[in-house]
Amino acid sequence: MFRETTVNTALVAILVAVPLVAQAAGEPFIITLATKVAIFAMAGVGLNIALGYGGLVSFGHAAFFGIGGYAAGILASHAQSYTPLMTWPFAIGGTQQMLIIWPVALAASGIAALVIGALSLRTSGVYFIMITLAFAQMVFYFAVSWPAYGGEDGLPIYVRDKFPGLNTLDPLQFFAVAFACFLLAVLVSVVLSRSRFGLALQGARQNVERVRAVGIDPYRLRLVAFVISGMITGLAGALYADLNRFVSPSMLSWQTSGEIMVFVILGGVGRHFGPLAGAALFILLEHELGSVSEYWQFLLGLLLLLVVLFAHGGLIGVLTRRPHRD
Amino acid sequence: MTDPVLEIRKLTKRFGALTVSDGIDFDLRPGEIHALIGPNGAGKSTLIKQICGELHPDAGAILFSGRDLAGEGSVARARRGLARTFQVSSVAPEFTALQNVVLAVQGASGATFRFLRPALGDAALTGPARAFMERVGLSGRENVPASILSHGERRRLELAMALAMEPRVFLLDEPMAGLGPEGSQEMTAILSDLRHEAPILLVEHDMDAVFTLADRISVLVYGRIIATGTVDEIRANAEVQSAYLGDDA
Repeated sequence: MFRETTVNTALVAILVAVPLVAQAAGEPFIITLATKVAIFAMAGVGLNIALGYGGLVSFGHAAFFGIGGYAAGILASHAQSYTPLMTWPFAIGGTQQMLIIWPVALAASGIAALVIGALSLRTSGVYFIMITLAFAQMVFYFAVSWPAYGGEDGLPIYVRDKFPGLNTLDPLQFFAVAFACFLLAVLVSVVLSRSRFGLALQGARQNVERVRAVGIDPYRLRLVAFVISGMITGLAGALYADLNRFVSPSMLSWQTSGEIMVFVILGGVGRHFGPLAGAALFILLEHELGSVSEYWQFLLGLLLLLVVLFAHGGLIGVLTRRPHRD
Repeated sequence: MTDPVLEIRKLTKRFGALTVSDGIDFDLRPGEIHALIGPNGAGKSTLIKQICGELHPDAGAILFSGRDLAGEGSVARARRGLARTFQVSSVAPEFTALQNVVLAVQGASGATFRFLRPALGDAALTGPARAFMERVGLSGRENVPASILSHGERRRLELAMALAMEPRVFLLDEPMAGLGPEGSQEMTAILSDLRHEAPILLVEHDMDAVFTLADRISVLVYGRIIATGTVDEIRANAEVQSAYLGDDA
């Protein structure tokens, strides 16, 4: 029907146009929705590297999303209460600077992905799905039962974290931050998928025996992909915490893992802009149908079923009508 | 006599009560094609799998250039130059033919953890890959997805991938399988040329091809090598006749 680049450009144009129009119309809530789309899409771009290119069906990406969120929340809460994060062996205080929070979120989710991946990737198939889920649930219950940072009640960020030169409390400016991060994530995913690493990773998804036979160790490939994937999702989590000015264990719940997976599958597994299409549709349905009926997720489920059964390649696949994975 | 590149000593593998490799002695010398023949279920593929490290023997040793391979996995053995083709064609189906060969060139180069430059824009990968495709007669088919290639083309694609690995030994598991008479002839010509690259352990059912190509033949029956010799010796061997070749061979 259309070329994939045409579809992608249109999707990005819509994502940019909506908040601009909303700004002109004085509808800040719509801008927040668009920001949510950008952040969810970014979480999906992260998962897509593992799921789409690596064929690793991770049902535990909420762990990285939540860890990124808590990294932002914990640093901000210490900065706001003027208490040090730790005093021994050296003193570290909190911060509200996104440019410091982001590397911390990336590092924290990356380390978590390294540990979870190193253990989970010894299994495959259903076992991999279950083990990633189990690890995410462990992190979830840890957050629920750890009272220092709000436990079950979550942790508020009273004032949104700062970005140099911007007023992040302005919805449009915060959207710009989230949108830039999303685009950067897509760029990483594009470059990665075309590189030598990406070629081997996608080869291992299609035929792992063959990749071994040419002398490439699939375990290392997948572990690196899993870590990069977790880091991108983790950064999205940090932004999500700032969007809501609140972090809670629900970011770590298995429902969140499922939703991130829904963005990827709805949009098109292994397509660079698939998660954007998926997240946009998800938010649109939640917003439009959610105001009509609280059972909107029934329709979402139906749609997901249709996509899985009939539209290989998801929404992007339907719009481009050409089975394709690059 | 030159030292063998690949030497197998008293190799034994059991699956429960079934002994699939029963004290196999086998060697592959530089420049030769050593064919391994035997009826179905004789343990030919099991032997190949032990050589490339997919299965581990219960006893015995596999020496590669005099070095014991015990404890090395299939990835490490592939990196040493054990290039293998599979009984059932094994390629990455969604990749184009060229991408498949590029993957093999990349594997041989040992530099996979590079994240920035596009693999298909790297002449250090695509240049050799195109040359290997030309050698097996796949020029012009570079951008065809591997899943769309014909059966014969896929067999040749596997050979191109094996070539790309800077092989020191070829382990070819029934490269003629499923090819028509014409395809078999083409494949025979290609294989005959390959022996200059590296010696070939050829597992094959197509007797015409085996008798044309092989310098030596070993006959495997129920996990045991019952005879090893030149083409003429094997043709004349009475035990082989009754076990495998039949009366009209």
